[in-house]
Amino acid sequence: MTSLERKESLIRITLLLVAFSAVSVLVMITFFIFGEGTPIMLRYGLKKFLFNLDWFPTQGSYGLLPMIVGSILVTSGALMIGVPFGLAGAVFLTEFSSKKMRRIIKPVIELLAGIPSVVYGFMGVVVLVPFIRETFGGPGLSVLAASIILGIMILPTIISISIDSLEAVPPSYREGSIALGATRWQTTRMVMFPAARSGILASIILGMGRAIGETMAVIMIAGNAIAIPRTPLEPVRTLTSNIALEMAYASGEHREALFATGVILFLIIMVLNTAANLTSRKRGR
Amino acid sequence: MALRPAGIPGYLNLREHLAVLVGLFLLGATSILSSSCGRSSAEKSITIAGSTSVQPFADRWAEVYMKKHQGLSINVQGGGSSAGIQAAKSGAAHIGMSSRDLRPEEKGLLEVIVAWDGLAIIVHPTNPVDELSIVQIQNIFAGNIRSWALVGGPDKEIHVVTREEGSGTRGAFLEMVMGRMRISKRAIVQDSNGTVREIVANDPFSIGYISLGLVNERVKAVRLDGVEASVENIEDKKYRLVRPFLFVTSGPPGPGVRDFLNFVLSREGQELIEEEGLIPVYKE
Repeated sequence: MTSLERKESLIRITLLLVAFSAVSVLVMITFFIFGEGTPIMLRYGLKKFLFNLDWFPTQGSYGLLPMIVGSILVTSGALMIGVPFGLAGAVFLTEFSSKKMRRIIKPVIELLAGIPSVVYGFMGVVVLVPFIRETFGGPGLSVLAASIILGIMILPTIISISIDSLEAVPPSYREGSIALGATRWQTTRMVMFPAARSGILASIILGMGRAIGETMAVIMIAGNAIAIPRTPLEPVRTLTSNIALEMAYASGEHREALFATGVILFLIIMVLNTAANLTSRKRGR
Repeated sequence: MALRPAGIPGYLNLREHLAVLVGLFLLGATSILSSSCGRSSAEKSITIAGSTSVQPFADRWAEVYMKKHQGLSINVQGGGSSAGIQAAKSGAAHIGMSSRDLRPEEKGLLEVIVAWDGLAIIVHPTNPVDELSIVQIQNIFAGNIRSWALVGGPDKEIHVVTREEGSGTRGAFLEMVMGRMRISKRAIVQDSNGTVREIVANDPFSIGYISLGLVNERVKAVRLDGVEASVENIEDKKYRLVRPFLFVTSGPPGPGVRDFLNFVLSREGQELIEEEGLIPVYKE
């Protein structure tokens, strides 16, 4: 073996180890969370864990349903706000704006993704929560506040991935449609959207993943009550906030129950990620 | 194996990457090692962790004490009573702060009462309600009384703000006020005295409970069965909602920590926190 070859194989092995270290971290985290979280789920009963309405961890009552519903409500609220605005933005930037405008606006939108979530939370507390309280009533800390802030937070994800997938559509599609006499909007709606569908879907699923996993901003503006809200103006607690709020204090079974909350969250996010991967793979065809 | 020229820029980048990764790893490893050794270097720095209710006062003590002892650093962290007790037990902190009594399973630590604190029930300053009875407070927090009109206020929904499960302040509130009643599931939950105060200061129809020492002009402490929440009334044993602030250590403290504790319990240390609205130990 020449020295160059030896060097080559050395580098290869080192890189392989590094690549595996990332995988092994994931494996370790998985084992750790499941190892800590599943015993209590089995002991307490998975059904009770998922469908019981009472979360009184210091009194041995571990119903996660309010938090599961809370996560779903807040995430779907965020999608209701983030998806229309995000898609509209992406369509405008790819189909209706000049190149120059796109060059300025796209990086600005991507900057949004770099703002720390605590800043979003702070803006929510200072601006949005008082606005909701004074305009609609209720305490202000609510499903609505969390949905709006999360909707804004997932905008960059939805916009930039949608733009990428709209731009990946071969120009001949657009040209063909315009040549047939379709207007820009008709072209967008009937040609571009269907062609970029899987990428757009993936962007929505990734945005959903971000929304469901967000913690800091949600703790600050959602109110964190442990009951299922009856209106969007009532406070709500998500799975992530449940863990973050109580982790510092928890010990014994309570701590295990928080790990079990993590297991549920882990499963939900795994499903979402797999779905995103599957839909974006279709784009390759 | 396919050969590639070793000199292309991509390779160098990868190597640099690798170096950075290894460096980060080593950094992480050393920080873990040094933190586990931190216990032995007791004389240069003292770590205090725990209750967020006690934290501002511990900060004050630390500030004054450090001025007198140049070269010593006292590091005060929050995290909550249970976490502080746990940290003292495991040795992660020299002193744990607790704003509630130790539970049976936490006994075995050395505990010192460093101050007494009142628990104030707070409302927005514009709220016309000045006085509540214990029974009214119980029913408000349990969710049975939902309108301010039922306790002499405007016909508006009451927004109850409570602390998270496991908090020392919540524990003290449950013990001293709620008795066997549960706090309503619809109550807003916040994870520090500061955020509870912030919400009550901003929401005209909310009610919460915080440490008396942290009440400021932005919120109003209500009279409890006619007794004003004040240091004087606690000293006269008229105001009922009083709890101890504890410092806990695992086993006898080292000389540095002991000296700090002596300062905390000294007349000077106690006067410091009296200025901040706590009740010194010698007055109880």
